[in-house]
Amino acid sequence: MSLKPDDVRNIAQLARLHIDEAVIDEYAADLSSILELVEQMNRVDTSDVAPLSNPLDATQRLRDDSVSESDERDKFQAIAPDVADGLYRVPKVIE
Amino acid sequence: MSEWESVIGLEIHAQLATTSKIFSGASTAFGAEPNTQACAVDLGLPGVLPVLNRGVVEMAIRFGVAIDADIDHRSIFARKNYFYPDLPKGYQISQYEHPIVGRGHVSITLDDGATMEIGVTRAHLEEDAGKSVHDRFAEQSGIDLNRAGTPLLEIVSEPDMRSAKQAVAYARKIHSLVRYLEICDGNMQEGSFRCDANVSIRRRGESELGTRTELKNINSFRFLERAINHEIERQIDLLEDGGAVVQETRLYDADRDETRSMRSKEEANDYRYFPDPDLLPVAITDDDIERVRASLPELPEQKKTRFVDTLGLSADNAEVLTANRDTALYFEAALEAQPELAAPIANWVLGDLAGALNKAGIEIGDSPISPARLAGLVARIADDTISGKIAKEVFEAIWQGEGDADAIIEARGLKQITDSGAIEALIDAVIADNPEQVEQFRAGKEKVLGFFVGQVMKQSQGKANPGQVNALLRDKLKA
Amino acid sequence: MARGVGDILQGLESGEFSSVEITQDYLERIERLNPSLNCFISVTGEIALEQARAADAARAAGEAGPLCGVPLAHKDLFCTDGVRTSCGSRMLDNFIAPYDATVIAQCKRDGAVMLGKTNMDEFAMGSSNENSYYGPVANPWDPARVPGGSSGGSAAAVAAGLTPAATGTDTGGSIRQPAALCGVTGIKPTYGRVSRYGMVAFASSLDQGGPLAHSAADCARLLQTMAGFDQRDSTSADTALPDFSAGLDGGLAGRRIGLPKEYFAEGLDARLGDVIQQAIDELQQMGAELVEISLANIDLSIPVYYVIAMAEASSNLSRYDGVRFGHRCDDPADLEDLYKRSRWEGFGAEVKRRIMIGTYALSAGYYDAYYLKAQQLRRLIKQDFQQAFTRVDYILAPVTPETAFEIGAKANDPVSMYLQDIYTISLNLAGLPGISLPAGFVDGLPVGMQLIGNYFDESGLLAAAHAYQQVTDWHLREPGS
Repeated sequence: MSLKPDDVRNIAQLARLHIDEAVIDEYAADLSSILELVEQMNRVDTSDVAPLSNPLDATQRLRDDSVSESDERDKFQAIAPDVADGLYRVPKVIE
Repeated sequence: MSEWESVIGLEIHAQLATTSKIFSGASTAFGAEPNTQACAVDLGLPGVLPVLNRGVVEMAIRFGVAIDADIDHRSIFARKNYFYPDLPKGYQISQYEHPIVGRGHVSITLDDGATMEIGVTRAHLEEDAGKSVHDRFAEQSGIDLNRAGTPLLEIVSEPDMRSAKQAVAYARKIHSLVRYLEICDGNMQEGSFRCDANVSIRRRGESELGTRTELKNINSFRFLERAINHEIERQIDLLEDGGAVVQETRLYDADRDETRSMRSKEEANDYRYFPDPDLLPVAITDDDIERVRASLPELPEQKKTRFVDTLGLSADNAEVLTANRDTALYFEAALEAQPELAAPIANWVLGDLAGALNKAGIEIGDSPISPARLAGLVARIADDTISGKIAKEVFEAIWQGEGDADAIIEARGLKQITDSGAIEALIDAVIADNPEQVEQFRAGKEKVLGFFVGQVMKQSQGKANPGQVNALLRDKLKA
Repeated sequence: MARGVGDILQGLESGEFSSVEITQDYLERIERLNPSLNCFISVTGEIALEQARAADAARAAGEAGPLCGVPLAHKDLFCTDGVRTSCGSRMLDNFIAPYDATVIAQCKRDGAVMLGKTNMDEFAMGSSNENSYYGPVANPWDPARVPGGSSGGSAAAVAAGLTPAATGTDTGGSIRQPAALCGVTGIKPTYGRVSRYGMVAFASSLDQGGPLAHSAADCARLLQTMAGFDQRDSTSADTALPDFSAGLDGGLAGRRIGLPKEYFAEGLDARLGDVIQQAIDELQQMGAELVEISLANIDLSIPVYYVIAMAEASSNLSRYDGVRFGHRCDDPADLEDLYKRSRWEGFGAEVKRRIMIGTYALSAGYYDAYYLKAQQLRRLIKQDFQQAFTRVDYILAPVTPETAFEIGAKANDPVSMYLQDIYTISLNLAGLPGISLPAGFVDGLPVGMQLIGNYFDESGLLAAAHAYQQVTDWHLREPGS
């Protein structure tokens, strides 16, 4: 599988990366070589194999429904790039 | 009958009434200062991990059992990846394959009394996003993540509805159910219960579905009906003008009473769902399901049947009383005070009380007349202390906060006169004063009896027992 | 100096020196050597001395915890309350963590002293420590060479005697490979043994924290503190925590060690092969029984690993959007611009490559061919191991195909860099524990040997490694001596 510049632009858009036009070809080549490596997987037929997403095949433990966290807004917002009136600020969102 | 048929499916987001969030120990209380209820997990700080709230799972099972649905024994959480400022992690933890609640159904009652089955495709758990505040800053939007991580049950219906009215009936049914189950407070204004509608149209007789649009931002049943009807009309106009419906999301604007396209350039969404590796499959056993089933409160259908079979209410009254959990609770509380008076209490709850509440725009849960007071009033009618007519005056006085029925009857001297001696005295006086009418009656003009009853009641200031008056008058006039 | 954790505990207990004194020694050594080695991103001298004073006081009061007064270094992806946690990334250069990772909290609980935060490949993505915003780390055995990665700073710091032990994380070999290339001992525990809470995620289903130290015995001490069930991590295993130090004397006699034929076929440098063969002979003399086994699907580990790791990473790294913490670009024109430039500027090249591949592997139309396929093969790889462990107690393998390579040698070839992980990543896919321990040298550079254990058998692994270290002295060699 060889990725074309437009594929790279689409992926970068999905991943919200402002890819420089100057490096698109380089990324296309790098990503294509990785995909080539990955395609070795097709050697084995896995049609009857259940996917394994957690190595231990364990099940979820549940938490009791109780409030354990208190207000730490000041501490959390001290490391934020832009806050005012307790709100995180971003360029105007148009809906 | 129009040549067009509309096809409607609803996606309902019910905020589950837990005290803490779905994946963190932060509070879910509504209305706190911005970001004071957004903990490290809710903010998606580097390194934090989600842990699932047991209450959320139990509530979802409750819902599933109540709609007779399949509960998945191995339910999976997945990440839905997209970027938005109110979505802190860049993905929403939701469910994709193996939602906790599978196929189920509810039945709705239509205006003509007919019932209709509506299929529920699935109901899955997910976390809510935060809120964007657009009007605080000139150039920027503010992000409040207090709501982020609030548990939601997304209930997806089959496209089984054919009119806005049916859609509203279904939405009301689900609303009633989640309130009965005590898994959601149902507050539409605060966004605890939100309806999105998928609407398409097709020519009658066609089996293919038309292109659908999704209507969002609807926060009342009234708006739901209007938004759907607007959208149906819009689509019909489009198609009849030779145009085509574009698959898109449209926002309902209640102020302008119209829907508008949410984004001019709708980006093709590719959510890249995959099982969340931070969460493991939720194992739900048959025992878990049976335990929840055993703990379910009485649901509307069961209540309705009981009201008809053991209380002897009419099917219509039972239906209306149970449609809304608060109405049913009110009725049952009143019944507890006067267990023998089910039918008259039902009539008063659905008649005068419902009318007064509706006129005043008050929910039954906030009724100025308590169930016990309404029962007290009904009891005084039943034991002939007051007449039905006087009862309306007493009802009004209770509504105004003047006390309970007994106190008002006493204070205003409204006690019905049942002493036949006293009534006979009144009758004698009226007969004496109206010889002409007495003659007419005796000449066979039966209608004049009504005149005499009216006169006697007037003389008694409405307090004489009308039945007694009637009987005694007949005797006296014939004599 | 190169004192181990055990030596330091002995010195502290006997009163030979105080925690403040030994901490000062390490801080001075860091000050002298770190500018050339670049093992540390942050040195937390003041905090270290404060913790050392508290530890001395606790010891005097008879309230010494298991690691009371022992200096440690932490990989810079464990969140440390009030201290920058950079993950080797420009994205988090300004990120002062507002909370402690569970591992950090447990180190504090047991009285350890934090010397600083160690260098690493950005977001743990790399096998050479060259992918760090803070520059490469020099291998103490040859400063022109890489220390391995991604826990390169931790491994080099231990090897150079800048800390007696360090924490690390291992997603595809990130503890074991740098341990091997730096001549130290490192263990990747069973997935779920060490809490991931506060350990900044690379690939959630593969990441596991563990210790790097001079010996298996020291690893046992540090693992005892790091490990344990944690309510805050849904994938944390609620299993009993054995006393790792008490289990060290289990020995090797009668134990069966499997040798996967696939690992000794091709690709392994012949001189490394000789070193491993000597170690195998040694183990046999110690009474272990050697059994040839087969891990049929093991050669697919690399593609399977990279698909899963990159897919998970692409999602895990979406939270770095310039809104709540971390790097934000200057003067964003609009929201999209804020996202795209903040992320483009904040992440390094390798991280961006992996985010893009992961995004692609999960995208519509490709999910089944890449991600789902990889998860299916993952099960086959796990089954291969499970089958092998019905016949053997341990599996022996190389750690790396070659010794430490020169800085820059593979920098422009991501795929050849990925191939460095051939012997380590299958364990992460299966969730099994593995230990890397020094087994000899080639041209003056350390060579590691890897023992793989069954689920939750860290005790057995540590005991086997300890037994080997009782009869060999590779782990005692020091660079520059």
